[in-house]
Amino acid sequence: MKISQKLLFLPVLILFSSIVSTAVNAEMVIHRGNGAEPETLDIHKSTGVPEANIQRDLFEGLISEAADGSLIPGAAESWATSEDAKLWTFKLRQNGKWSDGTQVTANDFLNGFQRALLPATASEYAFILWPIKNAKAISKGEINDINDLGVKAVDDFTLEIALENPTPFLTGLLSHHMAYPVPVAKIKEHGKKWTRPGNLISNGPYQLADWKPQSKIILTKNPHYRDHDAIEVDNVYFHPIEDKATELKRFRADELDITDDVPSDQIAWVKKNLGDAFRNTPYIGTYYLAMNLEQAPFKDNLALRKALSFAIDRNILTDKVTKAGELPGLGWVPPGMNGYTSQTIPELALEKKERVALAKKLYEEAGYSKDKPLEVELLYNTSENHKKIAIALSAMWKQTLGVKVSLRNEEWKVYLNSRSQKQFQLIRSGWIGDYNDASNFLDLFRSDVGTINPSGYKNQNYDKLLKQAEIETDAKQRAEFMQSAEKLLLADMPLIPIYYYTTQHLLNPKIKGWEDNVMDIHPTRYLAK
Amino acid sequence: MPGLTQGLNTKMSALIPNEIVADNTVAGLSPWQQAWRRLLHNKAAVVSIVLLVIIAVLCIFGPLFSPWELDSVDWDNMGTPPHLQSHHYFGTDSNGRDLFVRTLEGGRISLMVGLLATAVSFVIGIIYGSIAGYAGGKTDSIMMRFVDVLYALPFMFFVILLTVYFGRSIWLIFIAIGAVEWLTMARIVRGQTLSLKQRSFVEAARVTGASHYSIIKRHIIPNTLGPVIVYATLTVPQVILFESFLSFLGLGVQEPMSSWGVLIAEGAQQMESAPWMVLSPAIMLAVTLFCLNFIGDGLRDALDPKDR
Amino acid sequence: MLSYFAKRIASSIPTLFIIITIAFFMIRLAPGGPFDSERPVPAEIAANLEKVYHLNDPLPVQYGYYLLNVLKGDFGPSFKYHDFTVSELIAQGFPVSIQLGLLAILLSLMIGVLFGVIAALRQNSAIDYLVMGLAMTGITIPNFVMAPILILLFGVFWGLLPTSGWGELKHMVLPVIVLSLPQIATVARMTRASLIETLNMPYIRTAKAKGLPTRLILSRHASRATLLPILSWLGPATAAIITGSVVVETIFGLPGIGRHFINGALNRDYTLVMGVVVFYGFLIILMNLLVDLLYAWLDPRIKY
Repeated sequence: MKISQKLLFLPVLILFSSIVSTAVNAEMVIHRGNGAEPETLDIHKSTGVPEANIQRDLFEGLISEAADGSLIPGAAESWATSEDAKLWTFKLRQNGKWSDGTQVTANDFLNGFQRALLPATASEYAFILWPIKNAKAISKGEINDINDLGVKAVDDFTLEIALENPTPFLTGLLSHHMAYPVPVAKIKEHGKKWTRPGNLISNGPYQLADWKPQSKIILTKNPHYRDHDAIEVDNVYFHPIEDKATELKRFRADELDITDDVPSDQIAWVKKNLGDAFRNTPYIGTYYLAMNLEQAPFKDNLALRKALSFAIDRNILTDKVTKAGELPGLGWVPPGMNGYTSQTIPELALEKKERVALAKKLYEEAGYSKDKPLEVELLYNTSENHKKIAIALSAMWKQTLGVKVSLRNEEWKVYLNSRSQKQFQLIRSGWIGDYNDASNFLDLFRSDVGTINPSGYKNQNYDKLLKQAEIETDAKQRAEFMQSAEKLLLADMPLIPIYYYTTQHLLNPKIKGWEDNVMDIHPTRYLAK
Repeated sequence: MPGLTQGLNTKMSALIPNEIVADNTVAGLSPWQQAWRRLLHNKAAVVSIVLLVIIAVLCIFGPLFSPWELDSVDWDNMGTPPHLQSHHYFGTDSNGRDLFVRTLEGGRISLMVGLLATAVSFVIGIIYGSIAGYAGGKTDSIMMRFVDVLYALPFMFFVILLTVYFGRSIWLIFIAIGAVEWLTMARIVRGQTLSLKQRSFVEAARVTGASHYSIIKRHIIPNTLGPVIVYATLTVPQVILFESFLSFLGLGVQEPMSSWGVLIAEGAQQMESAPWMVLSPAIMLAVTLFCLNFIGDGLRDALDPKDR
Repeated sequence: MLSYFAKRIASSIPTLFIIITIAFFMIRLAPGGPFDSERPVPAEIAANLEKVYHLNDPLPVQYGYYLLNVLKGDFGPSFKYHDFTVSELIAQGFPVSIQLGLLAILLSLMIGVLFGVIAALRQNSAIDYLVMGLAMTGITIPNFVMAPILILLFGVFWGLLPTSGWGELKHMVLPVIVLSLPQIATVARMTRASLIETLNMPYIRTAKAKGLPTRLILSRHASRATLLPILSWLGPATAAIITGSVVVETIFGLPGIGRHFINGALNRDYTLVMGVVVFYGFLIILMNLLVDLLYAWLDPRIKY
């Protein structure tokens, strides 16, 4: 376009941009990429992160989250704990309102807890509430009277929660979507359709305006929310975008303000070209390989398990293969857990040469050598990332020990089936914490948890330490029990930690109020553009 | 109007003088030898055959000329563009593996799967379609409803069940692909057959007492070949890309082996930041497909007795 | 013809029944269930889920219930998308898929036939190679490569079209192009082959000898026979394309039903997959019936 032409258009441009800017002043809109299409907005049926992101904007539990993911009072303004730490009393805010203007009462919370635990609801995440007295028995159908649940609405603004054991991380659990209040009358009225636009009422900062499945969910400010005036974003669009490459392109075309993720093979490119928008933060999750302890070759062969673990150069893996700023995995519980010091495998601190030498020595101790190499199969579910890591690991083992690794990839559900049937030797796994407490990780390797324990690890001492931690009221002592348990676990090595997860986002530099955090929690109410 | 003009259409084209002359020039040769001769007169087809042979030879012997193995990781060159000093002629993938070797070895799988699976579906499709169309009536109805059923079944579960109950092998890939790719082929052949069998030359053959088998073999199938050969060449790219979907389900080729479909799918993710990853397999695939199409056209011309 | 039509309609019911039966058991035989996840649910909760979704009944009983419900027009609730029924999900997605699919088919028929005719009339000339080469690029470049290239060019670099999403006409442009490119190649190549074959038929030669103009030969004499193989291909191809393409829908973020098929299968969303299978089976039967009826119109001598 020539300059003269530009000048010709100038008045039009000015007019146009002024219209646009007044529009911006009138309504602040944020477009968020949100991963997969939400499976449901029903707080008791959802299991995934995309659903939780939306529900967090819609609802508010007794406990809520700050911009940095830390826990703050939500619908409850204060609470007190009994001496044995097994009875908690919550005082609700007087000005808590549903989006239709009705009062939020202790009963709404009680109804929520009851609905969550009723077997007929069939809530997959019911176990989150099991620390509550009789909750597990109700889930199991052993107690049929729902009123036996240890939750009581003393009056409209007082809620009592009785627990099975002291549960210092209860506040974390209560910020989970399983502990949000529900509008029971609306559920009765609309049945399964209570989550549809027009039917759904919510008590959080936003309300549901529209939901076009596979296309978008639009939330608008809840005019009755207590903190209504402090909220800057008027409308938030959640776009379900499963394909990360698509999401990246939408961000680049200015169609999104916040992305849910960044394609891992594009991170180098993104850092170079979109550096000011790129956010990369540690996350509470561990990527690891589990070894099947019920079968050869790993059964009763600690030396072999150690040899494989020590032979891996985790720095090379995170620097050159995964490249998303992950921290090398040196233990099981990731760093960043409240009041907990993550344990590490001491040998992994050795110099590379010594570490490899040790691995070789252990490999021979385990009964293998160049002439009689270990042949092992590594199972992973189909994914570019897992494939890359599996390839790098097998190359490392081949180079340092001479192990012959064959790779097997399976479609997700087949993989899960193989895992629960223990039809594998070595399997890629990952664990992301549901809430910020080390027990959420350590419980995975208890002997009584069934197939969730991928290795089939059984150690009575480990179980005992965790039991002790469960009933301990002193936070420091409790952490010590759990730390000893982790030490024990790492010494037995039923797993090979690879790295601690990170989260990646692209963020429109105009967005204010965003705080990176290990929980990857970013409520829209704190954001502005 | 079709009735009258098409009534003249007769396979006994020997009645037309110029064809007799043409036949005389290649007297003593079988129809297949004649077809081959005609194929060699088609420049595009000949060039394509030569190119295809070069590609096949490259895929078989090319990897010998690289110091790199299929699965060897070059930790210092991960995701690097083509570079002669390090002998990564096509660059490396994001795992630091040599793309020259991987593209050529992947070509072995893709060529084999593409050509063999297509050939299998071609044969099944022609036989099934011509029988259904020729028999007509109830037989045709039942055979074609069976095809409808196969179209509608959820193919993914078929693949998953194959892997679960039979493990994984290259033969299962052919079975899985063969199970679906012949369907459209069969429908095309059947459609042609329905029309052909009403023609006078088929009727004439019937009157002279030719068996059904020989009518299908001599009169029906040869006359359906034109569109079917062309459709077969269009099946090849579908089959090659399909194979990468099978890999996704755990049935196709497994690491460290690869195929063009898998390499292109991987490379497509990084098209902008690392174009060489998608370019080398994509170019190989494109060249192969172009060659196959010109060969397909040449074959069609060569096998068409009317077209000289 | 009418009796044939009636017979075919009648035969579609047992065909659908067979499809439902085989698909039902095939889907259930596959390992993994709808509620398997990275975090296996505790046994007690799993039992509750199975009860609520009737997964604890013997398979034949579940099959009986499913069949009864289908007869009543009820495809059940989705196992994965808890807030919607399968019928709702299909009803939401189908308008998107059919719009895109029909546009793509129309576009590919128009361009494909045009290219094919041009190439056939100039057989083995430079124009033939050029036109066919052009058409062929559509099938040699896979859609998962073509789509990102077009998005990058039109969406990111030039900002002319949205990169993805659904709602307005502009959202349809790129998906329709990507969907139709391989079809254009197929139509063009088959038209060319079929027309060459037809043009060499003695009756066309006769017409030529009589001095009829090419245009007339094409429209009057050659078109019907030429279209026959394309029609055979068109039936299943249309059924497939109007039920959506998972690749195109995922890359362009389109709310069609193609994604339901693959994702439903990956998630073991039994009812959703079954719903899409029945729907697709119905379309296949319908399309192939239409094709068979059109055969008789194109070539009146065809008898069934």
